[in-house]
Amino acid sequence: MKDRPTLRLRLAQRGLDGATLLILPAIAFVLALFVYPFLYGLFLSFTPKQGGALSNYARFFTDPYLYDTIGTTLLIAVPVTLLNVIVSVPVALRVRNLRRQRLLTTILVIPITLGTVLVAEGLLNYLGPRGWLNRVLLEFGLAEHPVRLVHNYWGVFLSLVITGFPFTFLLTLSYVTGVDPSLEQAGAMLGARARQRFARILLPLLVPGLTITLCLSFVQAFSVFPSAVLLGAPAGPTRVISIAAYQAAFEQYDYSMASAIAMIMAFVQVLIVVALLGLKGLAYRGPAGGGKG
Amino acid sequence: MAIASRGFRELRLERISRDFGTLNALKDVSLTVQRGEFIALLGPSGCGKSTALNCLAGLLPLTGGTIWLDEQRIDPLGPEQRGFGMVFQNYALFPHMTVRKNIAFGLQMQRRPRDEIARRVDEALQLVRLAEQGAKLPGQISGGQQQRVAIARAIVVEPPLVLMDEPLSNLDAKLRLEMRAEIRRIHTLLGCSTIYVTHDQDEAMSLADRIVVLRDGQVRQVGTPEELYARPAHADVAEFMGYRNIVPTDASPSDDGMVAVTVGGARLLGVPVERLGAGRAYAAIRPEDLTPSADGPVGATVETIEYRGRDFYGVGRAADGTELFFRSEERVAAGDVLRLGVAPERVLVYGTGG
Repeated sequence: MKDRPTLRLRLAQRGLDGATLLILPAIAFVLALFVYPFLYGLFLSFTPKQGGALSNYARFFTDPYLYDTIGTTLLIAVPVTLLNVIVSVPVALRVRNLRRQRLLTTILVIPITLGTVLVAEGLLNYLGPRGWLNRVLLEFGLAEHPVRLVHNYWGVFLSLVITGFPFTFLLTLSYVTGVDPSLEQAGAMLGARARQRFARILLPLLVPGLTITLCLSFVQAFSVFPSAVLLGAPAGPTRVISIAAYQAAFEQYDYSMASAIAMIMAFVQVLIVVALLGLKGLAYRGPAGGGKG
Repeated sequence: MAIASRGFRELRLERISRDFGTLNALKDVSLTVQRGEFIALLGPSGCGKSTALNCLAGLLPLTGGTIWLDEQRIDPLGPEQRGFGMVFQNYALFPHMTVRKNIAFGLQMQRRPRDEIARRVDEALQLVRLAEQGAKLPGQISGGQQQRVAIARAIVVEPPLVLMDEPLSNLDAKLRLEMRAEIRRIHTLLGCSTIYVTHDQDEAMSLADRIVVLRDGQVRQVGTPEELYARPAHADVAEFMGYRNIVPTDASPSDDGMVAVTVGGARLLGVPVERLGAGRAYAAIRPEDLTPSADGPVGATVETIEYRGRDFYGVGRAADGTELFFRSEERVAAGDVLRLGVAPERVLVYGTGG
């Protein structure tokens, strides 16, 4: 063994040394709080109260009361995500030229820090049948009956826009400001009008970043729970998939079924995220700068 | 190559100004550019030369003054309506488009027929000697090649005026000399007018028909490279044009319109450039004009010496403590005591007016 380098040296050559041990706490953390519960849930979902290993999944996909929740959730999450991303792009384009960017950013971050429950409570009061909005509408004769904006689809929709937009916007802003402004100037010098500069120069460079933004915003909207219960109609049009999982776990005490629903929920999210990232692979990937310097 | 420049007779800047808050980046700059001229805007950093170029391009609105292209007032127009070409300091190539698509962009914006675009892109690629690189992305070619693409992209639309913002500052010394010749060649070939921003006086002198020296947002002098080299109008322009010895002195009129000055404790004759008041003056001498000679009036002790191939450039100190930059054809060593002399017509005398 004399002619071989020591084990320690060989490990060091592969990038493993004392400092590598510093990642162990993080690994333990991830294992304990993410990997173990996930595997536990996965295992649990295959050990139903009755029937074979797949009977939970079979039950989910044969009962429209359960499988319809996928469609219901998508019907809320997809439009909300698209709206948030589509609106955040022009706003970010405008904001990047503002001097008081920080003030605006602070104002937008507040809904994130308040949390969904507080926003939901606030919206209940504001948009409810006796809320300010309806009182103003009735007072000025703009509506004959109170407009129903809570305890239905639109309540959840609005709440998700309010809590989701700042997050989407801040991500978009960081991607928009990452594009070298001299590229647009070069476009203008070559005769491109604002719309052409956006379509031909900015948008192609933003596609990778916007895809990531879409993915993150979508996952956030898809896992909606508090506002679907508080502002929606949790028995009907806003019976999202997380409500189904909640009912299985805490109303029927069927943890196995709840785990199966959670797995299906995760699978749908992963499917959409992978599809989006796959599309992104077709677009230009590289620096959004104009050259050296 | 059949690129003939869209014509104009002259471009006039009339008292243009640009303020940033309380800072006047440009103050009442007036300039007339003739068709086909190569103008260099020269000055130290912060002098307003890039601001002037951006105002001309339409990328920065003016806060005062007007810009005329013959009889048409163009300063209210946006950059996309002016039709000027611009080469950016960082090239600003579209990173997601191939070299060909970058060059074709301006022609596509003009909605030219597809076969015409293809032909003109080919011509432009050949003009900048990049015929082989058309299919590559900007990130896949070298800095010098990116520079050529940026030039091709700016000129393929046959703009009446090409604006260049320190285009060579990101290149290494050898490539910079090559591209300098290339830019001059293309300018001559196309016959367009060029306005070129630089802080490098060598670059300005070798490229330009006329040089505009800017300082603190104001025009200090406009002239041919020869005029600026031989006869800078002010002491600060002289310093910028390579007159490294700017010595404070007294000045008294002498015969033949010359003035007598004191440099390093010795009396010298010089040419008054500015009107001299009663007070102090400055004598400006290029290091290459100050050389050792047996009857040289200025005594100096050599402090450092630098070999530059053909001759030596050194720093000496006169008896009164004045630091003097000089040239010597023979080897001298630190510590040597020299007699330095200069021809009277190569001593320029400026007032303290600035």
